[in-house]
Amino acid sequence: MFKNTDRLAYYLMILPGLVFLFAFTFVPLFYSVIAFQRFNPALGITGSPWVGLDNILFMFTLRDARQVFFNTVFIASMKIVFMLLTAVLFALLLNEVRVLIIRRSIQTMVYLPHFLSWVILAGILRTILARDGMVNNLLGFFGLGSIYFLGQPNLFPWVIIFSDVWKEFGFEAIVFLAALTAIDPTLYEVAELDGANRFQKMWYISLPGIAPVIVLVGSLSIGNILNAGFDQIFNLYSPIVYSTGDIIDTYVYRIGLIQGQYSLGTAVGLFKTVVALILIGISYWIAGRYANYRIF
Amino acid sequence: MARSKVDHIVDWIITVFLLIVGVSTLLPLINTLAISLSDRAAVSGGMVGLWPVGFNLNAYSYILQDEKFWRAFSVSVWRVAVGGALNFALAVLTAFPLSRSPRAFPARDFFIWLFVFGMILNVGIVPWYLTIAGYGLIDNLWALVLHGAVPIWNVIILMNFFRNIPRELEEAARIDGAGPWQLLWSIYLPTSLPALATITLFSIVGHWNSFFDGLILMNNPHNYPLQTYIQQLVIADRPALHGGQARLLAELSNATLNAAKLFVAMIPILLIYPFLQRYFIRGIMLGAVKE
Repeated sequence: MFKNTDRLAYYLMILPGLVFLFAFTFVPLFYSVIAFQRFNPALGITGSPWVGLDNILFMFTLRDARQVFFNTVFIASMKIVFMLLTAVLFALLLNEVRVLIIRRSIQTMVYLPHFLSWVILAGILRTILARDGMVNNLLGFFGLGSIYFLGQPNLFPWVIIFSDVWKEFGFEAIVFLAALTAIDPTLYEVAELDGANRFQKMWYISLPGIAPVIVLVGSLSIGNILNAGFDQIFNLYSPIVYSTGDIIDTYVYRIGLIQGQYSLGTAVGLFKTVVALILIGISYWIAGRYANYRIF
Repeated sequence: MARSKVDHIVDWIITVFLLIVGVSTLLPLINTLAISLSDRAAVSGGMVGLWPVGFNLNAYSYILQDEKFWRAFSVSVWRVAVGGALNFALAVLTAFPLSRSPRAFPARDFFIWLFVFGMILNVGIVPWYLTIAGYGLIDNLWALVLHGAVPIWNVIILMNFFRNIPRELEEAARIDGAGPWQLLWSIYLPTSLPALATITLFSIVGHWNSFFDGLILMNNPHNYPLQTYIQQLVIADRPALHGGQARLLAELSNATLNAAKLFVAMIPILLIYPFLQRYFIRGIMLGAVKE
């Protein structure tokens, strides 16, 4: 039944994909050795001098780098927490809306920002958050002074966190909505007979019913703790807010590609690659162990 | 069971609250649209809210004649078409052998792990850039479609979908003497249309929305895709907010035009939004939640 010509066909089919995987994922991995060199583009990888762990050790002495690491973890973990809270709450409330057309309309509205790029959304945010923008006009209406949302280091991370929630909460809620529809309706009927009100049903049936999915989404997000959102921050930050808003990815971009410190940029990037790989491994393991999740 | 009066009131409160949430999600977008349709003076006076003040289409007629804008637009259309086609072909060709049983394709598990490893491995931007520069692809439009040519997440979605197609279909074709290529072409592709639509839309949106590869791989602004062009225009050129007064004024005179450009860049997404909503949700279900 399983002929050798079949296997040959399978190898032929997978070959182009392997070539691209090799050329654009594994070759860059080989290029990462410049983290252990004083890389000079004119000399190339073979000609540049080796410096051992100098770049890595130097990285740990940089105050910038420590601040950047902290900013990344802070922004990413706050995003995870607020996204989960908002998406779960939204799903629970939307599940209570019985009129289908209203439900659909609400979904259509909240999913839209997910499909727009951070370039577009950052352009929009810069407009509405400007001194004369919509948000400050509204605050002015309530007698509050105008706030420099994108120019104040103490506010900037929160603008990032909540604008990310704005873009994605609806879409994040999809898995919870699906889990809610899978809950056995007789549970609600029995609870009603026992005199449970709506909030008791939400608290004692809906929420425990989707708890496994919450655990799943939460554990998978561990792998993203070093991804604070490059596209978003790159398009919203400015030197004034580097102290709280600069993250690993934007830092690597600036020192590596803009300032041309290829080796240092690669060293910081490699550090992130390794830590992220471990975190993703852990998150997949937890998701598999506690939520029966497998990607294939 | 008769529902109590309190229940009805709670229903109303929840519905109204969620409608407010939904509408507020869209307010920033509506504000941008209103600005793009307003008079410049009204915009710089901060008078425009959700409705245009001094309605006019000047910004849009200006864009119609803006060659740079349409050049960037056409680069984006090109990369969506070529990149989307490439993603599609490679996703199908890669997913099919990986969906076979280990007996039919013994190397399957090794290759799956290789691709999954490639997906979660996030190499730094510097070695990535040096690799592509090493291929001589800087300022070559093909760089934009080649670097992400194998969409691994799409491969996994499609692989899982192929695996759930009933074996009986395949066995019937086998008896008629069909080999792997015919199976893929005449059994698996026609029965996987929803999954194929999903991954195609993923690719289209991904290509349309990406700006960063255009920014670092293209030196000549002539080669910028639309998102990169807009990024340079609307974001990179703007002073840190509330900068010097002179720059602020110069910037404000462009506010309507920039808003219009943002809106035009959104139009393709808005046009396919009904499909996106349906198939992206399906994609999430195919990819994420598994029993």
